[in-house]
Amino acid sequence: MSTEVKKEKSMIIQKEMIAGLFKDLASVKESGKKVVYTFIPGNLSELIRSFDMLPVYPEINALQSGMRKKSGEFIREAERHGHSEDVCTYVKCDVGMMIKGNIGPTGEKLPDPDLLLLSYTGCFTFMKWFETLERLYPGVPVALIQSPYQEDATITPEMTEYMVKQLKEEVIPKMEEVSGQKFDEEKLKGILKLSAEAEDWIVKIFDSTKHRPSPIDAYFAGVYYIGPINIGFRGTQEAVDYYKELYKEVQERIAKGLGPITPEGVMKEEKFRLVVEGPPNWTSFREFWKLFYDRGAVIVASSYTKVGGVYDYGFRHDSEHPLETLAEYCMNCYTNLNLPQRINLLEKCITEYHADGYLTNSIKSCNSFAAGQLMMMRELEERLEIPVGFIETDLVDPRYFSYSNIKNRLESFFEMLEQRLLIEQD
Amino acid sequence: MKSLESIVERCTELAFDLNFTHAKEWKAEEEGRVLVGYMPVYIPREIIHAVNGLAVGIMGAGDRKQIIKGDAYYQSYICHIPRGIIEMALDDNLNDFDGFIFPAICDVIRNLSGMFKVIQKGTFVKYLDLPQNFQSHIGGEFYHKEMEHILEYIEKINGARVTTEKLNHSIELFNHNRRLLEMIYDLRQKYPWRMTNVDLYHIVRAGQVIPVEEHNEILEAVHDHLQKDIGVKQDRIKVVVSGSFCEQPPVGLIKSIEMAGCYVVDDDFMIGSRWIQGDVDDASGNPLKALAEAYISRSPFSSSVYDVDNPKEGRLADLVKKRKADGVIFAAPSFCDPALLDSPILQKGCDDRKIRYIGIQYSENTGQFKVIKEQVGAFSDSIKLWEDEPVAV
Repeated sequence: MSTEVKKEKSMIIQKEMIAGLFKDLASVKESGKKVVYTFIPGNLSELIRSFDMLPVYPEINALQSGMRKKSGEFIREAERHGHSEDVCTYVKCDVGMMIKGNIGPTGEKLPDPDLLLLSYTGCFTFMKWFETLERLYPGVPVALIQSPYQEDATITPEMTEYMVKQLKEEVIPKMEEVSGQKFDEEKLKGILKLSAEAEDWIVKIFDSTKHRPSPIDAYFAGVYYIGPINIGFRGTQEAVDYYKELYKEVQERIAKGLGPITPEGVMKEEKFRLVVEGPPNWTSFREFWKLFYDRGAVIVASSYTKVGGVYDYGFRHDSEHPLETLAEYCMNCYTNLNLPQRINLLEKCITEYHADGYLTNSIKSCNSFAAGQLMMMRELEERLEIPVGFIETDLVDPRYFSYSNIKNRLESFFEMLEQRLLIEQD
Repeated sequence: MKSLESIVERCTELAFDLNFTHAKEWKAEEEGRVLVGYMPVYIPREIIHAVNGLAVGIMGAGDRKQIIKGDAYYQSYICHIPRGIIEMALDDNLNDFDGFIFPAICDVIRNLSGMFKVIQKGTFVKYLDLPQNFQSHIGGEFYHKEMEHILEYIEKINGARVTTEKLNHSIELFNHNRRLLEMIYDLRQKYPWRMTNVDLYHIVRAGQVIPVEEHNEILEAVHDHLQKDIGVKQDRIKVVVSGSFCEQPPVGLIKSIEMAGCYVVDDDFMIGSRWIQGDVDDASGNPLKALAEAYISRSPFSSSVYDVDNPKEGRLADLVKKRKADGVIFAAPSFCDPALLDSPILQKGCDDRKIRYIGIQYSENTGQFKVIKEQVGAFSDSIKLWEDEPVAV
């Protein structure tokens, strides 16, 4: 099914960007840069950058540990320290990694935090996670910013005001104290302009799945595409350049009529177009992806790639209103949307990207996604009469990835899709 | 005065009437009354009361309702409480309710609010975003707006406008209710044999589904009874139960803890009814602000509250000391992220302070307690028989 695997220029750029970040983190003692531990959904990358601080994302450490087959050991370590089998495995993986020396993906020790920035958006467990971190790093200042939930499918002025107050009176003063720098609004505005530019490009890239064949996989490859925008590069020229290059490559693939690039090369035949709800499994990421591309299934949209920001409805960081726009960004992340909003967004994706099926990957660890997924699936099935499928995995606990079970379920789902497509052709 | 037995019997009926008959009858008695269902843990019931409403606690179906539809809405690794609630919503149990409030507890209850919106249950569905910022002019003001939002919803239904006088009156009634509960807990701390924890549980739970005026009468009577020298003292240890703040343990579990040799002298079952520590100002010119202030400055420790600057392990230790308890039983629902993620923190806090503890897990519909009873029995015996020895957990 595949041609020779050749790394595209954007892949090399991205690898260098991320390697550079970890190199910077490994050399904070020399550079004197301060380190902020924070989360992806509702991340305040631009603000952190405006104080010349470096971000560390515990959930990125966890997923990297999952991909490097280290997470099982870390999770068991956390469980030996009293954590329940039932709880979020990102938390346990992170705790276990810290207990075992906090060695990052590059094999070097990650620096301890100078600031714990609990920007908690759409996931209540983040709060519990940071309560644990606070105790692992006693004495480190903590700044909390609560993003009100879009319970009524809207962002009210009161919600924004609440967030701006927290930024002004809680987050920024702590960042000033830790970094030793005064808040520079003009500098932040400049960074935000670049954020908006990167956001324009990423929307165009994910929009390319309207083409047949889709030139990208918006889930398995999508998680790589969202990397730079989510892990601290939003607001940099590097990110803009990366997305420009990626867009160029996508356009070239469209011009040549090529499908997405998989670990085994370009996918030749596009048989099924899917929309996927839920995060991927990281411990068996390649095997999981292969189950799809081997059957010609391409993901044309996924909710997970919106976890660090929903740009589909036109939101872009607005440099003219720097604090308000940060607030709006946080409240717009996917898991901060209420269930009817999520259903509407997925309906839009299914319709606009001409999906043949809708698949839920239900994650044992992640109630923020999982609770309500079955109702969402039922609702979309009723509204759109689209075939739906359901599988269960976990984020980083290898004990919850049952290859044969998932394969069987996916096979049944693909057979159902095949039948449906045959009927439609007739 | 009614006998304690008859009061307990009535409260037991009320507590587990999943059709909420008494609340529905209350509504039917007078035009303009509204019923507002709320999920655990805490909502300011005073504001509902002040606008001719009754806030009714929907604490789950427990082991009293067979779950058929609910399991089709939730994966096996999600806690049990939302299954029972959605089952009740899809059946007729929650008919006649005008609206529903889902306070911020966790992602499951938050998303359940969205499910209620999808199935269009009630005239309004409100996710009450309780503030995690505990500064009056930030979190307090936001919470003030959240309460106004609820009042707007109710006004749209019955046209009732809140006034300072009405709200202060409601605050006064709920202050009285919390004071009575505290007095009863204080009495039980001294004389736990005078009333079982199971009976107390039913009495407190009944208060979630009836008007506060009626509940105050019940509590006054219970308080009077508990001042008498009743019951027989037994050789049991005193424990605090922690971790059951949302999904309620089955009554059989509480009974098993007691039968295994423990007096439960404090707990966080339906902690919402005792949430505000002390009185809310009931003579304020701005009662909503008074309620917000009380929440900001006088909330208890709970897995649903960010414990910045006020570590929960210290507060649990203070409670153990206050109640003169011999140990703690961490009783958390399976798959409950907030409670289970707190466990290592709280247990380390106990280790550091040499407080003895044991951890158990349950679901609201757990039916077998033999193992739990044996575990708790061993815990109780180890304290009674080898008081100075450390307890292996």
